[in-house]
Formats: sequence, C-alpha cells, structure tokens
Amino acid sequence: MYKIVEKDQIAPNTHLVTVEAPLVVHRARPGQFVIVMVDERSERIPYTLSGWNKEDGTITFVFNEVGRSTRKLVDCREGDSIYSVVGPLGVPLETGKVGTVVCAGGCYGIGAIVPAARAFREAGNRVISIIEARTAYLLYMEKENEDACDELIVATGDGSRGMKGFAPEAIRMLLERGEQIDEVVAMGCTFMAKTVSDATRDKQIKTIVSLSPIMVDGTGMCGCCRLDVGGETKFACVDGPFFDGHKVDWGVLSARGAAYFKQERDSIEYSYAGVRR
Amino acid sequence: MSEQPKRPRKPVLKMVPMPEQPPEVRRRNYREVPLGYSPEQAMEEASRCLQCKNRPCVSGCPVGINIPGFIKAIADGDFRKAITVLKHDNTLPAVCGRVCPQSEQCQARCVLGKKGDPVAIGNLERFIADWERREGGMEVPELAPPTGKKVAVVGSGPAGLTVAADCVRNGHAVTVFEALHQLGGVLRYGIPEFRMPKEILDAEVGMLEKMGVEFRTDAVIGPMLSVKDLLGQFDAVYLGLGAGLPYFMGIPGENLAGVYSANEYLTRSNLMKAYLFPQYDTPIIRGRRVAVIGGGNVAMDSARTALRLGAEDVYVVYRRSRKEMPARDEEIEHAYQEGIDFHLLREPTRILGDDHGNVVGMEVIKMRLGEPDSSGRHRPIPIPGTEYAIELDVVVSALGNGANSLLTKLTPELETNRRGNIIADPETAATSIKRVYAGGDIVRGAATVILAMGDGRRAARAIHEYLTNS
Ligand SMILES: Cc1cc2nc3c(=O)[nH]c(=O)nc-3n(C[C@H](O)[C@H](O)[C@H](O)COP(=O)(O)OP(=O)(O)OC[C@H]3O[C@@H](n4cnc5c(N)ncnc54)[C@H](O)[C@@H]3O)c2cc1C
Ligand code: SF4
Repeated sequence: MYKIVEKDQIAPNTHLVTVEAPLVVHRARPGQFVIVMVDERSERIPYTLSGWNKEDGTITFVFNEVGRSTRKLVDCREGDSIYSVVGPLGVPLETGKVGTVVCAGGCYGIGAIVPAARAFREAGNRVISIIEARTAYLLYMEKENEDACDELIVATGDGSRGMKGFAPEAIRMLLERGEQIDEVVAMGCTFMAKTVSDATRDKQIKTIVSLSPIMVDGTGMCGCCRLDVGGETKFACVDGPFFDGHKVDWGVLSARGAAYFKQERDSIEYSYAGVRR
Repeated sequence: MSEQPKRPRKPVLKMVPMPEQPPEVRRRNYREVPLGYSPEQAMEEASRCLQCKNRPCVSGCPVGINIPGFIKAIADGDFRKAITVLKHDNTLPAVCGRVCPQSEQCQARCVLGKKGDPVAIGNLERFIADWERREGGMEVPELAPPTGKKVAVVGSGPAGLTVAADCVRNGHAVTVFEALHQLGGVLRYGIPEFRMPKEILDAEVGMLEKMGVEFRTDAVIGPMLSVKDLLGQFDAVYLGLGAGLPYFMGIPGENLAGVYSANEYLTRSNLMKAYLFPQYDTPIIRGRRVAVIGGGNVAMDSARTALRLGAEDVYVVYRRSRKEMPARDEEIEHAYQEGIDFHLLREPTRILGDDHGNVVGMEVIKMRLGEPDSSGRHRPIPIPGTEYAIELDVVVSALGNGANSLLTKLTPELETNRRGNIIADPETAATSIKRVYAGGDIVRGAATVILAMGDGRRAARAIHEYLTNS
C-alpha cells in the first residue's frame, strides 16, 4: 500500500497527488510514468511523473478526472493508501545538449514538463517553456515552470492570460520572432501533441511528443498501447512514451483511445448507482 | 480406505472418464470444466496401472516424477504417501495435473496406450493434489536451519516459485520480486479460471509465505532496481521473467481498435477480471463475433474466454490442420465441444476496419500443406485467389510470445541470443553474470509450465551448491 501524503485540486478538474513510493524515486527520470491502481478492482492507469523527492521518497503527478478510475483517485483523501504503484516505467526523455529547446505542456503536461525543462536546462540548453490552457483559471504550476526554464510563455485559448492561442501558436510566434529552435518536446493530450507536431513539420524541427495510449501492464507484456510510428508498430510503454511527432499515425492512436468510450460511461453509471464513498 | 481394489490380471483398456460440466452449461460460466475424480474413481483408475519395471512413463516426464510410485499409493488408498511421492519431484502438482501436455509426455509413453487408453496420469496427479489441498491439509515441509544467505527471485511464474520453494527449504532467505500487482506469472494472468482455478495458485503462494518466502509485488526489476542493486543486497539472483512480449503477424489492420494480443485479452479477463465489469473497472470489448488466430493453448484459452464473455460466434483461424495444432488435446476437444468454429488451413491476410478505426472483419486465404520442414511440421502454403472475408467485431492474435527486453536492455552484461532470450547453462542455469541464474520461458522461449519448473529446480540446486561452498 502506498500512502497519499498530499492531494490537491490545483485547477478545476485537475488534481495533484503526492504518494509515498520510495523505490520508484530511486531511478526516476524526466518523462517516466507510474502505473497506479487505487484499489484491487481498479484499472491499471499510467500517470506521468511531474516530480519526485529522493529525501522523503515521494512521487508527484497531475491528472484530470476522465472516468471511473480517475474518479476513484479523486475520491481519495490525504492519508489514504492506494493499492498499487509501479514504476518508473518507459524510456526517460533524452535531455542532452542540443541548443535551444522548447518544452510545451498542456493538461497534465503543465506539471510533467517541469522535470524535463529542468533537465534540459541543467544540460546547458536554452529552454523556452510554453504552458497552455483554454482559459486562465485552468492553468497551474506557473511558478514551477518559470523556475525550470529561461523563458516562459503562457498561452490561453481565450487570451485571458498570456498570449491568445495554444502551444502551436506560441511556437509560430517564436519562429516569427526569429528564434532558432533545435528541438520541441510536447507533453499533453493527443490533440495537443498532434497540433504541435503539425506546427513544426514545415520547418522540420525535431519534435518529440509524449503519448499516452491505454495501457494494461505497462511492461510490454500485453501490447495494448501499440502505435504506428513511421509504419512500424511500437509499444508506448517500453519503446516510448516519447516518439517523433512527425511520424506518428494519429488516426490509429485516437481510434484505439476511443475503444472503451461506451464502457467508460456504463462504468460511471454503475458507480453512481452503487454506494459512493 | 480399508477396502483395497483388486488388481485385475488382464489390463483394463478403458480410462475412467473425467466428470465434466456439460458443454452447453460451461460455455457461459467461468467455473472449472473438469470436476475431478472421486476417491473411488481415482483408485479404480490407478489400479489400471501395470507397474511396469522399465517405467516408460517416467522417461516421458521432464522432471522424472516417480509415476508408478504415486499411482500405486493411490491404488492402495494411501493418499498421504501418494502426495509425498509426487511432491518429491513436482512442487506444483495441482497445476501440472491440469496444464501439462500429458498426451505428448508421460501418457504418450504409457504401455497401456498401445492397445487402449493410457493411464490417466494427469487426472490422478490432479486428484491427489486437490485431495491434499481440500482434505489432507497442506503440511509445511521441514526447512533446513537458516544459512544466513539471501536469494532474490525475479518473476513469480512457475520457474520463480519453484526456485523460491527449493531455496527456502534449503534454509536460504528468499525474496520474490514481481512486476505485476499479483503473483503467479502466466498462471495468474494467462491461464483462465475455467482451466485452472486461481484458488490453487493462492494456496501454493500461501504455503510459500508460511515457509517464510517474502513476496514483493509492484517490483519491476530493471527500471526500479537494477540487477546490480540486487546483487548488492543478495547472495544470488534468479531471473524467471517469462516470455512476455506478444508477437503480431505484421498484416494490415493489426492496430485497429478491437484487435487484441492474446496476452492483453487474457490479462484483461483473468488478472483484471474484466469479465466481472462493471464490478471491476477494467473493460473488455465483448464481441458478438470473435476470431482467434493461432492453434496453441493460448489460442484455445482466448477462444473459450470469448465464448464466456458472451460471443455468439467464435472462430479459431489456424494455418495448418488439426493434427499440427500445438494445444493440449483436451483443450482442443473442449473447444470443439463448446461450439468453437475451427477454420483450419486458413491464414489471415488483413484485418478490415470501418471509418472510425474499429474492426469489422478479416480477410483470410486458404492454405494447403506442403513438405514437412526441419521441425517435421508440414509447411502451410497459400492457395492464390482463395481469399474471402469474415465479419467480426474482435480479433485476438494468439501467435505466441518472444522475450521481453525490459530487464535485459538495462543489463547489457547479461548475454542474450539473437532472439533476446537469456543464455543460461542448461545444467546450472548460470548466466554470463556471476551469481545470476535464469530459467523458464525467458531462456527457452515460450515453452511449458513443467519445463519452467524443472529449470527452477536445477537452478535452485546450483544456487544451493554455490551458497554452501562460498
Ligand atoms: C494463455 C497461456 C496458456 C498456456 N497454457 C499452458 C498449458 O496448458 N500448459 C503448459 O505447460 N504451459 C502453458 N503455457 C505456457 C506456460 O504458462 C509458460 O511456459 C510458463 O508459465 C513459463 O513460466 P515462467 O516462470 O518462465 O514465466 P511466467 O509464467 O511468464 O512468469 C514470469 C513472471 O515474471 C514477471 N516479470 C517479468 N519481468 C519482470 C521484471 N523485470 N521484474 C519483475 N518481474 C518480472 C512477469 O510479470 C511474470 O509474472 C501457457 C501460456 C499462456 C500465455
Ligand atoms: S507406463 Fe503406464 S502402465 Fe506402465 S508404469 Fe507408467 S503409468 Fe503405469
């Protein structure tokens, strides 16, 4: 069992959780994820780490409530224990010295991009971070992001904070202002990963996206998370989660992601009908 | 058990049939299909054994169980003795009695098989192990005095569990590290309840816990702790990682939604209990028409799971003929009885999808058998122009498994072969790293429970020898 030491709704529908998992901390690197089960009946759900603390042996991740399993985690309180946490899984993000790197985060990625930006910066890169949200009150961890990069660009769809638009618009703005971008890393929902990749395609800027298809074991055993990248089948859990955004077949990714929409609804209805904690 | 059955002079050619749930009932439930012999039935079957002097059955058993010995004890009604004899060579008899390919191993060599039915060795093994669990009371075996040495076992499949059992008996402290949240490897996530009830596995694991084995779930070795880390904390390390990497055919449409690897399909159903959705949270697509590609145990398990998930039509698509199917005879038989539709000598050429990326069908081509290849199996050859399509909602690809490289990729000093299997000495299980041993499917490629167990046994012996002499 793994104790929740901190839990906070940091923006509407966006939650930050810190859990005691001393063995996961040991080797955690930017971009890696854990698989979590709240109780014995839960699904195994991957969450990308947005931080870890070697001293107190805790990991932190940010997530949106999207279905029954994430709801269960939302229903947990500080001090509760959860059933299973395994990791760190996935190949860590390569954060060598390349020059100027843009780190873009949306949804859960606003948190998850922080360690990536920090690592790029520590490797001697100039790091421009972009965080995006539909509107100002959906943003979070602005300070953490600011501290992790050389320049932070905030983008909101309605222009209520920072520039108007999303990460792709921010990247276009950077290019227009003459920025020499050597690499873009995007962490967020599938739609964001796709639109960022589209924004850098013409200029052929190396674009690495973190993808989060549905997973079960997360160790390469089941193949649930397979994707088509450059005509080859890859497993996001062991070959990823980072892939060349210009080579990903987005159709395959979204179709596989939508495979259980109906069950997800049934499951939520079932949990409402039952006794809620 | 005072009354002893008489040993007939003339061999009895017919096997005592195994009572089973009727096919029309069991095809919609998850309870075990065979119901097990009664003591009387077991004694009657055991008394068919001729107690051959040259013991051909024993030479067919990969771990050399004293088969006539335990069968004689059953015939005599001495069940305690029977289980003792059996357990001398087999740590998991309740499992092996159910899943071993007896009809290719011990039973294939039984003398009675030449004229009639072989002795039902598997059924008897299962009977006596179940008797012990249910009535006899499982006794904690005697343990050697603590040696102060520590052994780490990575993976809790049959290979790992056997190493754990043998090492703890020899007085070493054992910790088992398992990546998943539950123990048992394929026995937990792959083989379904209707073929091997999980209660059996729970009892075995419970026994090991009583013997002092420490189990650590959620412990993925490689990413979380390295082999080197383990070597720092333990005197010896055993790798029983299994063959956990599903193969796909590489045909168009394999990444459509509704296409599963058998590993995923069975893991969702068995480990995550998707068949109890929504009481359990993990969903599974309950197809109306399901095709399973392959002809092994994994394919039979997937097809019969599809039926139990409510499918109306379930097809097994296999590119050779029934004779070449690698699954256990009993499983193929059961699948036929339950109404699985076998499309033999057919090979999928592509999987068909709709505009939303969901499976709607599969195109297959007819095959014929050519000359036997080096393994003696006839090579299937496609017959051009014979393609046709079948309508489907779910496709399960059960083509077998290769070596998962999660640990080996992070452990470059560990020598592997071209296919990614760890290279280990067949006698001592020693790998290229000192104090690190390996066995089971990660060394052999996808094989069997009994071979994994045999590997574990040999490794435990070598580990014990090393720890005693060091
Ligand atoms: C569906 C199915 C049906 C089968 N039916 C039969 C049958 O009827 N008869 C038969 O004899 N054989 C059958 N087999 C084959 C048999 O199950 C295997 O040969 C056997 O289980 C291999 O045992 P193992 O101990 O080597 O590995 P496994 O049983 O595969 O166990 C390996 C364990 O190691 C864990 N692991 C892997 N990597 C790590 C890591 N880095 N850190 C921690 N843990 C790790 C895995 O999670 C797993 O739990 C079947 C297989 C399948 C998939
Ligand atoms: S070969 Fe058959 S009859 Fe002979 S000892 Fe073995 S089980 Fe008995």
